[in-house]
Amino acid sequence: MTSPSSAPAPARRPLLANPHAQRIVAPLVVGALLLLLWQALCTAFEVPVYLVPTPSAIFKTLVADWPLLFGALLVTLRITFLAFALAVVLGVAAAFLFVQNRIVEASLFPYAILLQVTPIVAIAPLIIIWVKTPLPALTICATMMALFPIISNTVLGLRSVNPGLLNLFRLNRATRWQTLVRLRIPSALPSFFGGLRISSGLALIGAVVAEFVAGTGGSGTGLAYQILQAGFELNIPRLFAALLMITVTGVLLFGLMVTLSRLALSRWHESEME
Amino acid sequence: MKREDLSGVAKAPAPDSVDDDVLLLANQVEKTYPNGTHALDRVRLKIRRGEFVSLLGPSGCGKSTLLKMYAGLETPSAGQIRWWGGSMATVNTPGRTLAMVFQEATLMPWARVEDNVRLPLDLAGVPRAESTARVDEALELVGLAKFGKSYPRELSGGMQMRASIARALATRPNLLLMDEPFGALDEFTRNKLDADLRRLWAERDITVVFVTHSIYEAVYLSSKVVVMAARPGRVIAEVPIDGPLLRDEAFRVSPQFLGYCQQLSALLVEANQL
Repeated sequence: MTSPSSAPAPARRPLLANPHAQRIVAPLVVGALLLLLWQALCTAFEVPVYLVPTPSAIFKTLVADWPLLFGALLVTLRITFLAFALAVVLGVAAAFLFVQNRIVEASLFPYAILLQVTPIVAIAPLIIIWVKTPLPALTICATMMALFPIISNTVLGLRSVNPGLLNLFRLNRATRWQTLVRLRIPSALPSFFGGLRISSGLALIGAVVAEFVAGTGGSGTGLAYQILQAGFELNIPRLFAALLMITVTGVLLFGLMVTLSRLALSRWHESEME
Repeated sequence: MKREDLSGVAKAPAPDSVDDDVLLLANQVEKTYPNGTHALDRVRLKIRRGEFVSLLGPSGCGKSTLLKMYAGLETPSAGQIRWWGGSMATVNTPGRTLAMVFQEATLMPWARVEDNVRLPLDLAGVPRAESTARVDEALELVGLAKFGKSYPRELSGGMQMRASIARALATRPNLLLMDEPFGALDEFTRNKLDADLRRLWAERDITVVFVTHSIYEAVYLSSKVVVMAARPGRVIAEVPIDGPLLRDEAFRVSPQFLGYCQQLSALLVEANQL
């Protein structure tokens, strides 16, 4: 399985001498070599297509089944983005609540950890029973999966304020609101974006896993359903094609978060500086 | 206190009887921390308008603690501090502006230098047009006029400290508190900033309280040096420093300068049993 397109940073002037270009070209070359090897081994040993299909067979299926697979991808993406957006809103709100005072945090944080330690596959059936419509049910599952990194990273960020700056704000009689907007929120951004990166991937995994557990067909099925179905039908190339789409989506999502983070922080934060 | 004569004569010390002139009064100030550390022991100290007072002593003598009390960032365990004869509530009313410069530059890394300097004005609700004029003036004073648009990380340590001083000056302080501001800088940069600071003080009606553990820096800068000792932190002597109002490099090697250094050194050795 290869999905070599890493963070999309545009290559500049002399191509291979440029470390940025190297970061993109090198994994692409490795990926291409692995694909060639895969193709060669499958052809040489005449591996049956229902065990391991060749990359070219997978690609053909991807093209042939595109309408079906793309429709499924849109469903999965919709759940992923809904869940991710919900996780960001709820997570940030929870984080703000937690940093208001220690007692609030002490009494609620253990329950936030519950979210993190409960396997989503274990509670997904319950949620699917309670919430009968598939889309909201799956979104809730994916949200639960994506929520914790946002909470914990944002809390960490809101707390990691330079004490000297905090003194400066006190000295200048800053209101709670001014301190929040001008000091705590900017200080929290680097960890917040770290949380986004983790969480975006988890939202996708949550969307796929929940659909696996739900396992129901009907209208508006996502990529997980296509994988299940392809498995039952021993349509292994389609299974691989669907898998490939999930992986590429995950990588693109990660890349998107990296880009967002760079746009927001590159001017001042060490982690995003050249 | 007006100072028309900048030609090399020391500023006349304020007459003892005029109590209106006492800008900071520490009356039997005690500080004991919950862990039992006796940071300050019955400190009595008057700082008059127009003075440049250095608090000089080894680590643990409570000089930074005392400065933080002057800033209202710490409260005494017993005794009291008066600002312009009143409580902390009277501070930062017109004509009673207080600003502080910390050990580190404590700039907000996400904000441009000019926005860092503007911060106290923004927090106080100064209108944009006026704050811009004051920021430009302050940056000009510290020699950073061309660096307003830079980010703090693009400046050297000395320039960051200048920006930090500009931020304090932008509030047009009547009282400027400085907590070992140049301690982290190399000696050449420190001497340069000391000279600039001394000129700044000589040219305007500003009272400075300056914490340092460098005898040379204290003598060079001050109109009065308050010598402190540790365990418990206490004031052991107040030494007025005569000498030219505008001090140059020649003053640093004058017999007068060296005489003061010896005197202070002897006091410190005796009190701290070094």
